[in-house]
Amino acid sequence: MKHLIPFALCLASAATAHAANIAMEDQSQLPAAPAKAEHSEWFQPPHEKDLPNDGFGQLVREGRAIFVDTRNQAGEYVGNGMNCTNCHLDQGRKANSAPLWGAYTMYPAYRKKNDKVNSFAERIQGCFQFSMNGTAPAVDSHIINAITAYSYWLATGAPVGKALPGRLYPVVQEPAGGYDLARGEQVYQQQCAVCHGDNGEGQKAGKDYVLPPLWGKDSYNWGAGMHRINTAAGFIRHNMPLGKGGTLSDADAWHVAAYMNSHERPQDPRLIDGSIEKTRDKYHADDGVNLYGKVVNGVMLGQGVD
Amino acid sequence: MRASRLSLLGLCVALTSSVFAFEPLPLAQQGGVSQVMLTCTACHGDALMGVAAAGFPRLAGQSADYLAKQLYDFKAGKRSNPFMQQFAAGLSDQDIQSVTRFFAALPAAQYARPNRAAAASDLGARLALRGAWERNVPECVSCHGPGGVGVGKTFPPLAGQPAAYLANQLHDWQKGVRRNDPNDLMGHIAKALNEEEIQAVSDYFAGLPAGGAR
Repeated sequence: MKHLIPFALCLASAATAHAANIAMEDQSQLPAAPAKAEHSEWFQPPHEKDLPNDGFGQLVREGRAIFVDTRNQAGEYVGNGMNCTNCHLDQGRKANSAPLWGAYTMYPAYRKKNDKVNSFAERIQGCFQFSMNGTAPAVDSHIINAITAYSYWLATGAPVGKALPGRLYPVVQEPAGGYDLARGEQVYQQQCAVCHGDNGEGQKAGKDYVLPPLWGKDSYNWGAGMHRINTAAGFIRHNMPLGKGGTLSDADAWHVAAYMNSHERPQDPRLIDGSIEKTRDKYHADDGVNLYGKVVNGVMLGQGVD
Repeated sequence: MRASRLSLLGLCVALTSSVFAFEPLPLAQQGGVSQVMLTCTACHGDALMGVAAAGFPRLAGQSADYLAKQLYDFKAGKRSNPFMQQFAAGLSDQDIQSVTRFFAALPAAQYARPNRAAAASDLGARLALRGAWERNVPECVSCHGPGGVGVGKTFPPLAGQPAAYLANQLHDWQKGVRRNDPNDLMGHIAKALNEEEIQAVSDYFAGLPAGGAR
């Protein structure tokens, strides 16, 4: 283990974007969730009040705090205005909102795209690099340990290696005629702008974002899973507007997901030789439905914003 | 307590009749903001910090856009309160702009700002900081900001508002007499709460300690 630490430090200190810095290149998804049997409950994670008052309970509490308040509690690794819980609602407990209990038991997992077995810790590192547009805390850092302990605790009683209903975001069928950016803008202005702002900029109280930015410099980067329109459509369909998940149609979820992801955001940190085309062909060509390196309204997306 | 509430109400009624009820005039003709201020301070307190015992809310330091929307909504009957509807009916667009800007510029007290990371042992704190997601009730702080400090022109401050005011609003949403929230974002939450929860979460925000620290 010891010889890994300097290696991780090297990765963290080589600050500029280069593919070799990326602890986890692959953002593709593991097996989808099976359907929930009728009348059955989603997996129920344990209650906070039942946490023991010992060292383990303390680490779980710290992991929970990092998860819901990431910018303040793990700020040096966060490069945008996001917190983990922005995409994993209800502190990572909510079914169909990529709950931690649905993820923890599915690692380590082999991924053919980077041809290696990824640990759960490496998966969390990926979140920091892409969704948080930051840098990966070391695998044996307090931050990764605490989030891992929190995830393990939430998964108490879940079967190991078995995909549970409610894990990830559900797959939502793309509209027959494809997505429509103009309709997406309409949906955005009617349903989303009240919280996320007319230009996806989010809203703050003081220095802290309360309502997360959806595009622009403080949002997730072009390498995050949420940049895929299909992934964002699944999240939106079941979780947005906040507290009113399930009220948009499948088609509108796709339209508005496409509208959101047709705006600029921070560059994919895997950028190859400064080339959007090369990066698109290697990382985005076979990564769901996405607009990286595509021309929209006469402009090629994927320029990145600082 | 009962007597003071009644006397405040009486004062409001008196002011309602004398200033607005019979001949609604533009602010300027009534003596400008100062005249309206007299009317407002009668119920909302000298510094417009609200009157807890009577359940009259704090206006000082609130978003001008939010307050203006409420006045228009009282006029339109999307928010219900006999006194406020009558006051609002007498205000011109210019009046509303002047008075709400004035309120927004007033200093407001600062309260503690616990966010989702804070511990939550009792029912009110749990609703505020954890939500009740099994019923699709988000954490209050996820829109109203840490400690319910208020966010932008849409999400008003909850911190330091009288518990009776907050509970009244939740009841009004439950009954459908307040229906001026965008996309029913608040209405559906109020309808998902029971009476014990309404009291607990109202007490939580009313009772936040002073100070700006987290």
